[in-house]
Amino acid sequence: MSLEDLKEELSKVVEPGDMVPRDYEKDGCLLEIKARAEQVEAVAKAALEADCFLESIAAVDFTNGPQIIYQFNSCTSISRVLVRVQLSRGESVVSIGSIYDAALWYEREVFELFGIRFDNHPDLRRLLLPEDADFYPLLKDYGKVHAFRSTEEIYGE
Amino acid sequence: MANEFLEPITEQTFYLNMGPQHPSTHGVLRLFLKLDGEYIVEADPVIGYGHRGHEKMAESHLYEQFLPNTSRMDYLAGLIFNHGYVAAVEKMVGIEVPPRAEYIRVICAELNRISSHLLWFGTYVMDLGGFTPFLYSFDDRENILDILDRVSGSRLTYSYCRFGGVSRDVDDEFITATHQFVERLRSRWDDYHNLVTKNVIFIHRAKDVGVINRELALRFGCTGPILRAAGVPYDVRKAEPYSVYSELDFEIPTGTKGDALDRYLVRLQEMEQSLHIIEQALERLPDGAIKAAVPNKVRPPRGDYYFAVESARGAVGFYIVSDGTSYPYRLKARVPSYGNLQVLTEVLPGTLVADTISILGSIDIVVPEVDR
Repeated sequence: MSLEDLKEELSKVVEPGDMVPRDYEKDGCLLEIKARAEQVEAVAKAALEADCFLESIAAVDFTNGPQIIYQFNSCTSISRVLVRVQLSRGESVVSIGSIYDAALWYEREVFELFGIRFDNHPDLRRLLLPEDADFYPLLKDYGKVHAFRSTEEIYGE
Repeated sequence: MANEFLEPITEQTFYLNMGPQHPSTHGVLRLFLKLDGEYIVEADPVIGYGHRGHEKMAESHLYEQFLPNTSRMDYLAGLIFNHGYVAAVEKMVGIEVPPRAEYIRVICAELNRISSHLLWFGTYVMDLGGFTPFLYSFDDRENILDILDRVSGSRLTYSYCRFGGVSRDVDDEFITATHQFVERLRSRWDDYHNLVTKNVIFIHRAKDVGVINRELALRFGCTGPILRAAGVPYDVRKAEPYSVYSELDFEIPTGTKGDALDRYLVRLQEMEQSLHIIEQALERLPDGAIKAAVPNKVRPPRGDYYFAVESARGAVGFYIVSDGTSYPYRLKARVPSYGNLQVLTEVLPGTLVADTISILGSIDIVVPEVDR
């Protein structure tokens, strides 16, 4: 499966304007998708249809709310796609653990480090931290960080 | 009867705690197993005992200051993690690395890959009850540690790569020693195969045990020898060639079934391929500078970047968000053992407790890498 197949599958679920091509030579990614929290499940299904695997789920904290970055790739031809979901503070997102099993642990990690809840997750316990941890260490207002910025300061717009 | 004070046992299953202190878990991993007799009903890997918060540390450190952390994530393939991080930042800033430095990096990374595989070979067979191969493989691995010690000054957590090159140049003695090591390890394959690969006890413990097929591996995001043993020729060195791998000739060994024996054979063939890469790289090693001119503090432009390399266990990636300053805004390390370990929740149910040792050994996890 190639990037074209993936684009075709994704175009069924997201607006063409939300699919932004990226420069692989510059930053290692081929396509970026700006999705809303309720589109995540459909996007993950489309990626599975195109025979992709879930490479990673990362979250980043910004002053205007955290972002989740889902990353899909194919093992037959390089087609790294970033799916960027901007959340408002306290907003939850639906779990894609029923589509990709790999997501179960990634979501647990994002939950414990950022406090983002995943709806329908079968087992949203803490993964790396102690069971009774009552803090979210990767939030920018916790501990020592260099800067706390808004998405505008980093990505422009 | 004394027994009448005890509650009658109605539950058919019971729980077994394997780890966090268990000789076969290779680090502080705890497997919480629900058993029905000798068979596993449910498996829950409990991780995080070695969580040091590398990703949080990155946010308050300069890009240069974070360098030593990378080899401490996966201490068995530290140089490859190091290489991945350095290459990611170089790509962000746009640093051209001199060819000699790239070749040195590849030689050292491949040596590191072999040392990681040799350690896995010894401990895996030891887990299955064979003590002697462990001594053979550690004897060979010692040579690599000596070679890398000479150039990097360290035996395990190398931090040898620097932005724009490597910390110090290699000399003729390094080249001679590496050539000798290549020859030495080649001459040992027969011993390895006679001792282990043809050993009927080993074959019984590994064949058809812990089958991870293509579909399962992709669902859990497994990479590295696990995915290749399932017949998928995915290797970051070929899929998105970094450094000078595109100029070197090597093959991707694959398996067919995806059982523990396939994973064993894939890793042995990978060592041979690594030797082949080292030979070519030594032959072509160009003269010249080993480090490009790099500013004291790197300041990557704003935006987010991803860079992947192939470690001994699979695809490693660094996702870095830069805010234009000399500190990373966010650094996420995608580590291969994460998916490789998680697949146990699906593979272990239905197998025997004794096979857990064989399966866990065959996937070759490094727990500090999972915990970060």
